[in-house]
Amino acid sequence: MKKVVAHADEAVQDIKEGMTLMLGGFGLCGIPENCISALVKKGVKNLTCISNNAGVDDFGIGLMLQQKQVKKMISSYVGENAEFERQLLSGELEVELIPQGTLATRCMAAGYGMPAIFTPAGVGTEVAEGKEIRKFNGKDYLMELAFEADFAIVKAWKGDTMGNLIYKWTARNFNPVMAMGGKITIAEVEELVPAGELDPDQIHTPGIYVHRIFQGKNYEKRIEQRTVRFENKTI
Amino acid sequence: MLDKNGIAKRIAKEVKDGMYVNLGIGIPTLVANYIPDGISVVLQSENGLLGMGPFPLEGEEDADLINAGKQTITTLPGSATFDSALSFGMIRAGKVDLTILGAMEVSENGDIANWKIPGKMVKGMGGAMDLVASAKNIIVAMQQVNKHGESKLLKSCTLPLTGVNCVKKIVTELGVYEVKDGAFHLLERAPGVSLEDIKKATEGKLVINSDVKEMEL
Repeated sequence: MKKVVAHADEAVQDIKEGMTLMLGGFGLCGIPENCISALVKKGVKNLTCISNNAGVDDFGIGLMLQQKQVKKMISSYVGENAEFERQLLSGELEVELIPQGTLATRCMAAGYGMPAIFTPAGVGTEVAEGKEIRKFNGKDYLMELAFEADFAIVKAWKGDTMGNLIYKWTARNFNPVMAMGGKITIAEVEELVPAGELDPDQIHTPGIYVHRIFQGKNYEKRIEQRTVRFENKTI
Repeated sequence: MLDKNGIAKRIAKEVKDGMYVNLGIGIPTLVANYIPDGISVVLQSENGLLGMGPFPLEGEEDADLINAGKQTITTLPGSATFDSALSFGMIRAGKVDLTILGAMEVSENGDIANWKIPGKMVKGMGGAMDLVASAKNIIVAMQQVNKHGESKLLKSCTLPLTGVNCVKKIVTELGVYEVKDGAFHLLERAPGVSLEDIKKATEGKLVINSDVKEMEL
């Protein structure tokens, strides 16, 4: 079982034009920085990206937008990116905005082998247009389909050579559900250890979901909103 | 009339011991500053944290630990982290007791619009649609009139909806309202605000009982 690859370039080498990718992260927290750089270097275009956010102008998925590699974004919130706004208004970029919980659960459904979920989010709004509505216990729910993604690209804190992953703090976010949801899942980790070094009870993503893994490097981990307090004060 | 902190301070009185609470971005975030001493509440951040603590001290910021507003935060003793699907699972299942969020418009039947202004930049709904569709109790923090002096408590919303028939209570710079039976029921008026001011600032159906008091902060 060989899952370990040398670096991001090798991990993304067969990602082709027109494919659909899931990209983990919330804002810039827990994004697969190395793979995004490799995709930018590779220059592959016409991608559909499922990601909660679209990065900022000069970091994260924003780097792929700059090079016009993204045909369509499927996200819940895209408010931090001027280049995104420009491409959206000019019609170069297609955008599908969906509720955040729906986004996460459609990824999860793919990893659980379920074709669809029912959620109350968006009932009575434009999100519900054209979707099947079912009533359970007197309440309306939208049927939302599991995502289909050619690749899922995630970032974890630690991983082992079997592909088992552990995430840190809120950098976990969408990474585990996307790791489960891709046809092929690539995981970049801050620390790659031999099988046996991670406690099985502490694994967040079992290796069966992970096809390629490598130890990333030069993590910038940019902070979007640096907020601090002074002694003896709360938020 | 209340300022933003005044609105937050009034809403904090709705927070009770033992509650799990989700605070939205903007005025709702300020509510955390005014939760009374001696009350134990757990703040949920929908990006995957229960037990959100205060901002870190300078130099202790961690890029891996943020809230849903992407601000650096801290954990507290007893905090738990989890993935986004689980986070919205607990929201959808009604485990979060109270959701406090901002709004651009609310209608007299409790519809809320807070995510999109057609023709202008559309940023997205984030977790707002999931929260309003499932929360047991929703309190909206908002300005009652826009910058043109027009009411945002309406007969029906003009902007694209975030959720229908879901808002239970509203706190604005002018007063506190309960939303029920297709009307805004004035519960309290803000200090120095007259009933005339409130009537002028409410387009939707307004019910004023004879015993409306000035709020205590």
